[in-house]
Amino acid sequence: MLATQIGYYSLIFGLIAGLLIILLSIKNYNNREIFINPKILPISFLQFFFVSISFIGLILSFINSDFSNETVYNNSHTTKPLFYKISGTWGNHEGSLLLWLLVLTLFIFLFLVTSSNQPKRYRILTLVFQQIIIIGFFLFVLITSNPFSNLFPIPQEGLGLNPILQDPALAIHPPILYIGYVGSSIIFASSLAAVVENYISKNWARHIKKWILISWVFLTIGIMLGSIWAYYELGWGGFWFWDPVENVSLMPWLCLTALLHCIIVLEKNLSLASWVVILSIASFTLSMSGTFLVRSGILNSVHTFANDPERGMFILIFLFILIFIALFIFFTFFKDNNLKKIKINWISKEASILVNNWFLMYFLAVILIGTVYPIFLEVITDEKISIGPPFFNKLIIPFLIFFLIFMAIVPSLNWIKSYLRIRITNIIFLILSIFLSYIVLDRTSSETLILTILLCASLYLFFITIREFFNKRFKNISQIVSHFGFSLLILSILLNSIFSKEMITNLKVGEKFNLKENIITFEKIENNKSKNYDSVIGYFKIQDKNQEIIYLKPEIRIYNEPTTITSEADIKTTLYTDKFLVMNFVKGKEYFNVRYQLKPYMIWIWISTIFIALGGFISFFKKEYAK
Amino acid sequence: MQNRIKLIFISLLLFFCFLILFEALKKSNIYVPDKVLKKSLPKFKSQDLDLKKEISSDELFVDSEFYLLNIWASWCLPCRKEHSILMELSRNPKIKLIGLNYKDKFTNAKKFIDKFGNPYSDNMIDTDGTISIELGAYGIPETFIINKNKKIIKKYIGPLDQNSLNEINIILK
Repeated sequence: MLATQIGYYSLIFGLIAGLLIILLSIKNYNNREIFINPKILPISFLQFFFVSISFIGLILSFINSDFSNETVYNNSHTTKPLFYKISGTWGNHEGSLLLWLLVLTLFIFLFLVTSSNQPKRYRILTLVFQQIIIIGFFLFVLITSNPFSNLFPIPQEGLGLNPILQDPALAIHPPILYIGYVGSSIIFASSLAAVVENYISKNWARHIKKWILISWVFLTIGIMLGSIWAYYELGWGGFWFWDPVENVSLMPWLCLTALLHCIIVLEKNLSLASWVVILSIASFTLSMSGTFLVRSGILNSVHTFANDPERGMFILIFLFILIFIALFIFFTFFKDNNLKKIKINWISKEASILVNNWFLMYFLAVILIGTVYPIFLEVITDEKISIGPPFFNKLIIPFLIFFLIFMAIVPSLNWIKSYLRIRITNIIFLILSIFLSYIVLDRTSSETLILTILLCASLYLFFITIREFFNKRFKNISQIVSHFGFSLLILSILLNSIFSKEMITNLKVGEKFNLKENIITFEKIENNKSKNYDSVIGYFKIQDKNQEIIYLKPEIRIYNEPTTITSEADIKTTLYTDKFLVMNFVKGKEYFNVRYQLKPYMIWIWISTIFIALGGFISFFKKEYAK
Repeated sequence: MQNRIKLIFISLLLFFCFLILFEALKKSNIYVPDKVLKKSLPKFKSQDLDLKKEISSDELFVDSEFYLLNIWASWCLPCRKEHSILMELSRNPKIKLIGLNYKDKFTNAKKFIDKFGNPYSDNMIDTDGTISIELGAYGIPETFIINKNKKIIKKYIGPLDQNSLNEINIILK
């Protein structure tokens, strides 16, 4: 009870702090002082402090199972393990918005602390823009989705958390992803401020690059965690479903990736400034649109927590206000002409980064259209359609081939003017990749022809990045690591989809089954009781062609609150392959339905994503370019 | 000048997007039952998912007081969400659940049923989506409640939830 009250009032204090900061900033902006008003920093810290207090209040209510709080009542239960009680705090609409606010206020405080060597007016304007966003979110939380509403009479028991959300990967997925999303708000505010102050410079690029890297790295890892969850909990071995909500997290990622490349050009020789500004605006806008699409219930997806048009309306109006402010500022203040113009040669690093942008924008457009087209169509013609994986695969794969080859060739180009050199090793690598992909094609059916060409392209990039690593040693290592990770990602996804094997059958206890050279024996079943579910565990022995034996123990869980049956697959992961086994009840029969899958190189999909993020991480700590 | 034209153009475009999304928000209430009711069920023929033989709707819709026709697909995530509701309904002897598998791969559909359980007493295949069009379906998932005279008495667009389950239980009483 007390925690709820304190949490609610802290939020209101946080809102007041936001208004106070804006007032102080406006006063400070026009006076002649060289430094930012010294009161602003402590107030910004106070704002963060208030939001943390209210966040901790909500966590405490969850831990104590305080069902007088409506959010806790809707999403928790006394028998839930402590870990999931805590992670349940942000596993729902209200709590996750509170988390947004927490990260927003933390980031602006960090921005103020780390930007003391930047011009005063630029810092103040960034702060004002960021506070507009923060106040918008405060109002959103307080008006439409208060996490601290009271229930009376107090219920005895909560409704429980959906069992498929009770998963460790999912517990940390939202915070990590939000750091990525919210990081883009700083980029948004700062680039608008830089446009108004005419401060688009090498200095600014160097300073904002750190923020771009932070949000990019966290967004990458956040998306990966979501995908890991889908693989273990939802899927039958799938890790990406082209679900609208997955798409909306990928769109800001593509934008940020393009931005990351542009900002390097800006830092080096002050070109592509308009790209940088537009991409900064777009990344944040897309993150916000993601929030809108997910929270409003316009799209149906596993992530839709509630269909509440009022909430949707609020974010929609807020989002468009921000977009119009951004556009207005861009068109009135943006001046390209005081940046020095360098003639860009077609074969140069600048030009290739421009081409890279167009590739990424194409992928972005495909995903954007695939995601919002059904909504537009429904409004205009009243027809409802679903756009599935075939659409994305058909439109993305052909371009991905060229993109990969392009990625292999151009990073070795120089700035401003360069030449394409054909080296012996390039040709050897090309022949080697064609040969290897021919072997793969030979062992599978010809249906996978286009996949094989893609495989060839990614193999080529793979070899080239390895060579670059040894040639250049530690020069430009962050770029090489990320590009290497990307080629590895495409490679492992492809090999995984080409070589996956599976078997589905019905087995009784004691029966055997053969799949290729593997023998699967269903040895016994065991019944177990846990705190919030009962389970049936099957014991399977799997013997492969080298006589190696492993045991897999899939589970069927019967959760009591809310009553749900889930099948927990047992997965044995090695560097070469994942062995995935899941069993299910068959209605009224004594045998079980058993599905066994061999998923080669599954772990490499996660490892390669970590490589991609690692590149960004290295770049964050790398010493700045020598001036 | 050129900038101003750009600004006006982009603003108009965005305003259009805003209007569409604004309308879409209002529309999301269609997840309550539609008014096109008391229509009789069209006749159709299709492959059965388990028996792999042709079956007509006249053979399927017999000897039950109520029927529930659910259009689903393994690639449709909301279908996964409503599946537990269907499982719960399948325990009620008063209603017979019939699935219509929409534009799906056979193996994926099988996997879906194996993983989440089979609430349907029969499952028909609608590979090209024509049966769903004849039924007047908007998209998937979609659920029709049909009485013994083969009249559609209720229709749910979008996934079933606890509220729709309660409504259906009231009808069955």
